[in-house]
Amino acid sequence: MSSADFSVLMPQIVLAIYAMGGLLFAVYTGKDKVAPLLLWLTTALFVLVAFWIGVSGGDSTTAFGGLFVADAFSRFASVTILLSAAAVLLMSEGYMARRDLLRFEYPLLVVLAVVGMTVMVSAGDLMTLYMGLELQSLALYVVASLRRDSAKSTEAGLKYFVLGALSSGLLLYGASLTYGYAGTTLFSGIVAAAGEGSASLGLLFGLVFIAAGLAFKVSAAPFHMWTPDVYEGAPTPITAFFATAPKVAAICLLARVVHDAFGGVTSDWQQVVAALSVASMFLGAVAAIGQSDIKRLMAYSSINHIGFALMGLSAGTAFGVQAMLVYMAIYVVMNIGTFAFILSMERDGKPVTHIQALSLFSRNDMTRAVAMLVLMFSMAGVPPFVGFFGKYYVLSAAVDAGLGWLAVLGVIASVIAAFYYLKIVYLIFFGPEGEELETTRSPVLWGMLMASALIMVVGVINLFGIEGPAAMAAQSLVQ
Amino acid sequence: MTPPDFAFYLFAVLVVAAGLFTVIARNPVHSVLWLILAFLSSAGLFVLMGAEFVAMLLIIVYVGAVAVLFLFVVMMLDVDFTSLKAEMTKYMPIALLIGVVILMQLGIVFGVWQTSDIAADNVAAATERFGGASNTQAIGQLIYDDYLLLFQLAGLILLVAMIGAIVLTLRHRTDVKRQNVVSQIMRDPKASMALKDVKSGQGLQ
Repeated sequence: MSSADFSVLMPQIVLAIYAMGGLLFAVYTGKDKVAPLLLWLTTALFVLVAFWIGVSGGDSTTAFGGLFVADAFSRFASVTILLSAAAVLLMSEGYMARRDLLRFEYPLLVVLAVVGMTVMVSAGDLMTLYMGLELQSLALYVVASLRRDSAKSTEAGLKYFVLGALSSGLLLYGASLTYGYAGTTLFSGIVAAAGEGSASLGLLFGLVFIAAGLAFKVSAAPFHMWTPDVYEGAPTPITAFFATAPKVAAICLLARVVHDAFGGVTSDWQQVVAALSVASMFLGAVAAIGQSDIKRLMAYSSINHIGFALMGLSAGTAFGVQAMLVYMAIYVVMNIGTFAFILSMERDGKPVTHIQALSLFSRNDMTRAVAMLVLMFSMAGVPPFVGFFGKYYVLSAAVDAGLGWLAVLGVIASVIAAFYYLKIVYLIFFGPEGEELETTRSPVLWGMLMASALIMVVGVINLFGIEGPAAMAAQSLVQ
Repeated sequence: MTPPDFAFYLFAVLVVAAGLFTVIARNPVHSVLWLILAFLSSAGLFVLMGAEFVAMLLIIVYVGAVAVLFLFVVMMLDVDFTSLKAEMTKYMPIALLIGVVILMQLGIVFGVWQTSDIAADNVAAATERFGGASNTQAIGQLIYDDYLLLFQLAGLILLVAMIGAIVLTLRHRTDVKRQNVVSQIMRDPKASMALKDVKSGQGLQ
């Protein structure tokens, strides 16, 4: 332990100290009255730290004897997590304030969750992995039940907590089996103990349990059952948060575990990840068709998207990881835009989440309607938009790795999923006459929606140059 | 069977049995008592492994504090456990099936279990570093030096748990009268009471 160890961890330390300082500040001053101030400060801090991590280049460094790894991969993931958390926080202010949910603890819990996520993507040891995961999850359980007077929100929090605890148990069991096999919890030690070729049965069991635990966190089928209920029950800004940063963190953690700790036995985990991918893509596509609540629909849509991201991971190559990172970055941007729209949907001052409410919305507000059209087409993967390139990336990664069958299944699932995205577009432009939908006049939500839609159009030129950093990140993970 | 072997099997069977009864006991207070037995037996297992410090911690912290706290909570909370149990029995067959399948699979793994060639070296290297240091010294070295990061992260997790408990349960009620110490001290007898000389037979106006 030396000062060099601490300097590697500086961003996390700054965030943690900010959370503790903010807590003291708010408690001794105006309590919930300073919540908007704290929220804006937190957003600014996230952007600053993201910038700081983004510009700090350098080789892979480890701290605390390999417990913590800082490399291009963790930098890419951390920047994505921080920026998406900042965007969602910013969007949430108006909604939370109007519904009397803007407690000062809310931004600070998000900060602590983000600390957990950045630790997750930098984990170099099974113990660090678990600590980061629990820090993140525990903060999320609390914010899920933030609306404590609503039975649905409390149920969402409790359901998330119980199933999350179960998944943590599975993960820990897998970690202990892996430790029993390798005699160490360090990823570098496990990969050395596992050797090349196919895994022995003990290691395989550890791998499967760990993968099952992490699949819960990314809500990949068949470990997805909590997702729709939690997405529906939690306050909408919290749902937007769940759908973005934690997903990136969990899937990047999965990528790190399978490549760093199980890098020698690629063929074994490939099957597991590919099976998760197929199940998620089809379940997300088929189960969403019958949904009438847009938050539940977005839950299934996120399951479907995670399936595609896992397809990139299952390729087992550096290009596969790159495809996964690009896909997740695009997914996060699309989701932020869509949730900016969902957050502004209301009627008589009450939030509306039923999709029939979108009927003929284009007559009401053409600009927003077109922005939604762009986002929905992009989610479905219709060619001129960026979402198509994300899908193209993961499909070509799968084909390059000789998983042609997986790519074919992916295309079929994406066609099925296109149905409900197009249904939303149909409702907005040609739906039946009904009660008119009002939208909140919030410049932040409008700006986020428009920015996200614009990125989906303009991004086709060069994807804003994220391919380069993503490729570097993938290279640093897969040697 | 040597005495340590016998002790191991005794404690191991006790842990598993106590764990099982914690879940299936009808009376929640009995569940907590079974839980205490499980803790005590695992403390015995730790002693067999030569980890006497952890064993004592388990008894002092878990049995002495946590489990007793559980006992109070269970006694004070008015939860209808029978209805919860009834709900559970509905899913019992499928749960049993899944449990048995997983148990069989784990049994198969146990049959062919093999550790990595370097696992023994890894484990030995982890303990060798401490030479003849006592358990307590070694744990201190691990927690406060090698695993300082994990220790601090655990601290953050506890902080989140504390914030969460406050956020979800604390209610600032505005409809209750609270004690205001300053106004009590600053109360002036002249402003708050008046002495009247009441003439007999006239009363106050």
